[in-house]
Amino acid sequence: MSTSMMPATDNGPDERLLLPVPDDDGAPFWAYAARHELRVQSCAACGELRFPPRPCCPHCQSFDHRWRRMSGRGRVWSYVVPHPPLLPAYAAQAPYTVVVVELADAPRIRLAGNLVAAPDAALNSVDPGRVRIGAAVKVAFHEQAPGVTVPRWLLERP
Amino acid sequence: MGATLKDAAVIAGTGRTAFAKRLPESERALACRAIVAALDDAGIAPSEVDAFASYTMEETDEVEVAKAIGAGDVTFFAKAGYGGGGSCATVAHLAAAIATGQASVGVAWRSRKRGSGPRPWRNTAVQLPTPAQWTRPFGLLRPADEIGILARRYMHEYGATRDHFFNVALACRNRANQNPAAIMYDRPLTREMYMTSRWISEPLCLFDNCLETDGALACVVVAAERARDLRHRPVYVHSVAQGLPAQHHGMVNYWTDDPLTGPAWTAARQLWKQADFGPEDVDVAQIYDAFTPLIPLSLEGYGFCGRGEGAAFTEGGALETGGRLPLNTSGGGLSEAYVHGFNLITEGVRQLRGTSTAQVPDAATCLVTAGEGVPTSALLLRS
Ligand SMILES: [Zn+2]
Repeated sequence: MSTSMMPATDNGPDERLLLPVPDDDGAPFWAYAARHELRVQSCAACGELRFPPRPCCPHCQSFDHRWRRMSGRGRVWSYVVPHPPLLPAYAAQAPYTVVVVELADAPRIRLAGNLVAAPDAALNSVDPGRVRIGAAVKVAFHEQAPGVTVPRWLLERP
Repeated sequence: MGATLKDAAVIAGTGRTAFAKRLPESERALACRAIVAALDDAGIAPSEVDAFASYTMEETDEVEVAKAIGAGDVTFFAKAGYGGGGSCATVAHLAAAIATGQASVGVAWRSRKRGSGPRPWRNTAVQLPTPAQWTRPFGLLRPADEIGILARRYMHEYGATRDHFFNVALACRNRANQNPAAIMYDRPLTREMYMTSRWISEPLCLFDNCLETDGALACVVVAAERARDLRHRPVYVHSVAQGLPAQHHGMVNYWTDDPLTGPAWTAARQLWKQADFGPEDVDVAQIYDAFTPLIPLSLEGYGFCGRGEGAAFTEGGALETGGRLPLNTSGGGLSEAYVHGFNLITEGVRQLRGTSTAQVPDAATCLVTAGEGVPTSALLLRS
């Protein structure tokens, strides 16, 4: 997998949003996301989940791993609302809400993502005033560029 | 047991350029000016320099600097990682090199053109030294966005408020207002200005963020035995530490069991273990302030108060001159200059020499810290 930034797309509402630059350890996460599956790396020997992905289990030092499917439910652990100056594509949709979600099936696993009103809605489609730490959220998948899908988060009670 | 670092080395000289939003000279020229000034301050000839220490995101390397200033044969050079987290590590590495006989005169420096130069978060062509694939696509682009997440969680867990962050910004600004070298020397801050300023990344507003600055600083480290020959009162490197906590992740440390106990906690344990005194004996503190919330987090980490008490600690003028712990007495990164924390080291030296523009009477001990949130480093200085 290339370590240089993938070219940004010039199509659609996400024009020039940054795309993930997977490394070898992270690539399966993005491949599963493209199939609309939220999966987290787990140790094949001791079963511990770990994020971000890495070659070796910090608990038992096994190099064998699996990708365990998550329910996609979680709670907002924290959030931030960026305002410009930002890269142009983000400035155009600011202020938007970035959440860190604690997964219901794995409370120590937290994922950053955007809180949006619908899977393909704009980054600023949820009023930041409606976000609360602890709010229940569920995962959705959004094709940000052809073949590149990112997980996003929807409020369980919009 | 081997040799101890405790008080084995002293900071003998400091130097700096002007601080400004824009300076005409290159980073290399600014670095050389600061280093030459620091050697002059110490009364030590450049040809005596045989050690260099810097930290990452420094564009000026020791080969160029050594050549330009006329250093002698160099037998030690080191570069600490993690940008602003490495500032104090430079002095720590020099002290270790000198204490173990690897070198005799060390120079540490930082030169930056962040005021007029590019900001790293704007670079979309190069993978930044963070787990960028897990954050950048979602618009966590700038350090302020990354720290804003921790700040929000901290406010939620402990009832910290924007007033607490304002206390930090105000203490730094008040000290800068006493320091003619500070960028914010003639720019007082009020609560109303703070509360009505524009957001950068909620919950962080404009005044929660450090300045973008051009400038350079340097200091000279020598063995304590040389102290009697020095031009100025020596400032002893009493204790040093670096800190990279278990399971830590760069500046987006959201994935440990307890993200609110960051690198400060790890560095502090080592720092105090080696010291003859404790947090209650610190007369003045220079704590890395790229963002205001780093101060309450660091106050807890370095043991000035209990967990969750850092915000309340800032109340009642505790961080002002005459308060319980005078903070960032040159104005810090928030109001003097943001030169990746190196100005905190030189201000620590000024306090212990008795020459600060916001002098704490009889200051004899000073804590200096490097960037919190990233793998960090810290120094205890004493006169
Ligand atoms: Zn394992």
